Amino acid sequence: MKFDLHQALNQLTLNADWVGLRQVNETTTTHAVRDGRPESSGRSFSQGVMVEVLAQGQFGYAATNRFDQASLQWAAEQAQQQAIATAKWAVHPFTADVRPKAVGQYQSPFQQPFDLISIADQLDLLVKVCETLHVSDQIVKTSAFAQTLETEQIFVSSNGSDTYQKLGLVITDYEATAQAGNVIQKRTDNGPLARCYQAGAEVFDPEQVLARVQRVGEQAIKLLTAADCPTTTTTLVLAPDQMMLQIHESVGHPLELDRILGDERNYAGSSFVKLADFGQLVYGSPLMNITFDPTVAGEFAGYAFDDAGMPAQREYLIKDGLLLRGLGSLESQARAKVPGVANCRARSWNRAPIDRMANLNLEPGSSSFAEMISRIESGVYMEANRSWSIDDYRNKFQFGCEYARLIENGQLTQVLRNPNYRGITNQFWRNLVQVGDRSTLEMYGTPYCGKGEPNQCIRVGHASPTCVFNQIEVFGGAA
Amino acid sequence: MNPVAIATHSTEILSTWESTFNQLAELLLDTLQGNEQLSIELAGEQSHFMRLNAGKVRQSGLVTDANLNLRLMANQRSAYAEFPFTGDLAVDSATGLAQLQRLRQDLPQFLEDPYIVLPENFGSSREAHTGQLLAPEQVPAAILPAVQGVDFTGIYAAGPMVRANRNSAGQNHWFATETFVLDYSLIAPSEKAVKATLAGQTWDPQSYADQIRQSITQLQVLDRPVQKVEPGRHRTYFAPAATDELIGLLSWGGVSEASMRQGGSALAQLREGKSLSPQLTLRENFGLGLVPRFNSLGEVAPEEVPILVAGQLVNTLVNARTAKEYQVHSNAANAYEGMRSPEVSPGTLKTEEILIQLGTGLYLSNLHYLNWSDRTGGRITGMTRYACFWVEQGEIVAPIQDLRFDDSLYSFLGPNLENLTNTQELIPCVDTYGARSLGASLMPGLLVNDFIFTL
Repeated sequence: MKFDLHQALNQLTLNADWVGLRQVNETTTTHAVRDGRPESSGRSFSQGVMVEVLAQGQFGYAATNRFDQASLQWAAEQAQQQAIATAKWAVHPFTADVRPKAVGQYQSPFQQPFDLISIADQLDLLVKVCETLHVSDQIVKTSAFAQTLETEQIFVSSNGSDTYQKLGLVITDYEATAQAGNVIQKRTDNGPLARCYQAGAEVFDPEQVLARVQRVGEQAIKLLTAADCPTTTTTLVLAPDQMMLQIHESVGHPLELDRILGDERNYAGSSFVKLADFGQLVYGSPLMNITFDPTVAGEFAGYAFDDAGMPAQREYLIKDGLLLRGLGSLESQARAKVPGVANCRARSWNRAPIDRMANLNLEPGSSSFAEMISRIESGVYMEANRSWSIDDYRNKFQFGCEYARLIENGQLTQVLRNPNYRGITNQFWRNLVQVGDRSTLEMYGTPYCGKGEPNQCIRVGHASPTCVFNQIEVFGGAA
Repeated sequence: MNPVAIATHSTEILSTWESTFNQLAELLLDTLQGNEQLSIELAGEQSHFMRLNAGKVRQSGLVTDANLNLRLMANQRSAYAEFPFTGDLAVDSATGLAQLQRLRQDLPQFLEDPYIVLPENFGSSREAHTGQLLAPEQVPAAILPAVQGVDFTGIYAAGPMVRANRNSAGQNHWFATETFVLDYSLIAPSEKAVKATLAGQTWDPQSYADQIRQSITQLQVLDRPVQKVEPGRHRTYFAPAATDELIGLLSWGGVSEASMRQGGSALAQLREGKSLSPQLTLRENFGLGLVPRFNSLGEVAPEEVPILVAGQLVNTLVNARTAKEYQVHSNAANAYEGMRSPEVSPGTLKTEEILIQLGTGLYLSNLHYLNWSDRTGGRITGMTRYACFWVEQGEIVAPIQDLRFDDSLYSFLGPNLENLTNTQELIPCVDTYGARSLGASLMPGLLVNDFIFTL
């Protein structure tokens, strides 16, 4: 019998300023195959309700996986008790304005339902992926991973919110590890778990998948005999599957208002950005245009309302290089008095929402890939992230990629292995000198953006064209 | 303030969960047909989380969450089903039986697994550690008055946790504990911080008061102007929390036998004749008693698993699946063959001589965001964080502007490892990825020569 969340809300006995119930039901199907043999397969189902109560200007919460009125009443009382016990110590006196009335529905796009593909067919494809990745005996490991998720989010509140959002999500990862003596190189399908989409079974089209992984296997072999990336300061070209990481770490996280307000200083870290920087800071070159956009069809973190009920819409965070707006929910906007976005998001029913990225994209420019490369006399082109590290203020970063090519006299030439680069955020983005056009734009994401106390791993999407940066320090691997 | 425990409710929920788990397990095991085999795992918690910023409360609430994982095996095939465990026998029985039936129907579609690990009875165990924790509504008044006037930020997490495992071979493990963790930073105007953790099973107001007093004293050192240190090679001391970050990375593509066999281990060179410093000894030490010794298959690890002894790799971590595939012996590692209770043996460096022996160089309290920059080469990059200082001639000069490092463990845990402290610190695992973590590590400080900083 389906649980009636509206009825449960109406039957709560509570004297509070505002009450909200957010139910999440999520079914995850996972298959992992290595060298054509099963590693792990199964289905997990999670469901529960987060009860939030506003009393004396403070929110308290309690989450339960029990779907009966007595358990929800107990949770609501616990949430209220937490609100009252902590109200005297609250960081900010909130009102129900930060939980606006929201009514509506959202369904993520798909062409084919997941149940169109059977377990046997899915596993058959993953075995074929392993076989196709194994282009040579120098491939010592192949792996194929596929996960589909069906998520329902229902939100009702005492001020009339009533939303229903249904997501269909797909995550795939195909990898080949090649070895020749002491040289070991791994190549993946655009970076580990980077292919994350709101989609259906159409992403398992065998022809497309097998064509991609054939190339992955061949490039892994090529890397074995490639030269190491040189140590130099040069022009760096980043493919969209590395740009996603660059945007995520050096734009997304530093613009989260809760970091700037200090909430994350004991864990994920703070930010070099100050509240006074909004509207003032030249973050990057005039070619830099960053949008927050949960409305992009098929991108991983799409939705119509955030978990506080704020309608999602496209907003420029950075326009022509100038910082305009932060990644801050209505709660953070009330605290910080700067503009934000609809990004109050929780990982699931068992966590309270905080400021998160969703879809964070770099808008395309006007150059084709061939035009960009042709303008470079000397440089390095890198694809697919394999290593990432940045400081807790989001300044000094070092990122590594799986695959690189040397650029000489306007041409891509030899393959390079172990490519890395490092820099400091604003200096790096101010050196953005070319942005690819829409033909170079690709869309990726990650299921594992970690942040928050308690921790919440959340889904984010990033779309970007190919980009060119001047005067960047690049280097190779250990001798 | 006297701790008034939520033990009444904790005890009640743990008792209900244990009873329901056992009855449900019996019910599910009784329904097995033919050659079917089943393992059943439970992980659950009832947690109070209070998030703190600048001595105030950002968010506070309770989470009651538990999940049951069934793994059905038959005809060389296996698959799992995970679902919520509510503690209500009627609800959980209906869900459990439905999930088992669906697994049974789906199983013929799954691939045959040559390395399938079938349930065995390695023996049973029952551990229940009762705590004396603050009632949730008491926490603000117990913690916050002592930190007014300083910038105190972090999280308090507390409550009961459960791990349990049963299988069709007759094995039965139950582990329950009630713990709290206060993980906090005291942040100076310079934005440098004193990072500390208070953890245990009994909230002791005096211990808390003493620790906060000590943290506030340490904060004063951070008041000095920040000094910029040029990248390059520096003599470096890693405090135990920083050691824990470096050693912890070995759980991700380091000590795993599977990663060693599949081209993914940073320690592979140790199999090819290379060694680390003879001063370095690393082991899994379950004698600390902070995590269950049983893994997801119900295997029970030896009380001690030496990994590195005097710089030589003597064991990797091996689970039963890897053992079967590569025909080696299992030491009951977890699914990812990572460390659950690591200990690095102490050296001879006395605490009071750390600065003197360091001489001129860097004192690092904590590190941040470590990653392999070249896993095959054992190269690790990361950042300094919190209370890190420039030291000259054995005297702290100033806190530093954070530095990026990038160096190979074959150097800094090899010939460049000069000494380890003669004392160790217990570093509690404070992770809350999806659920609160159990366990801790026991780490000394490290004194290293010529550590490489790059940015």
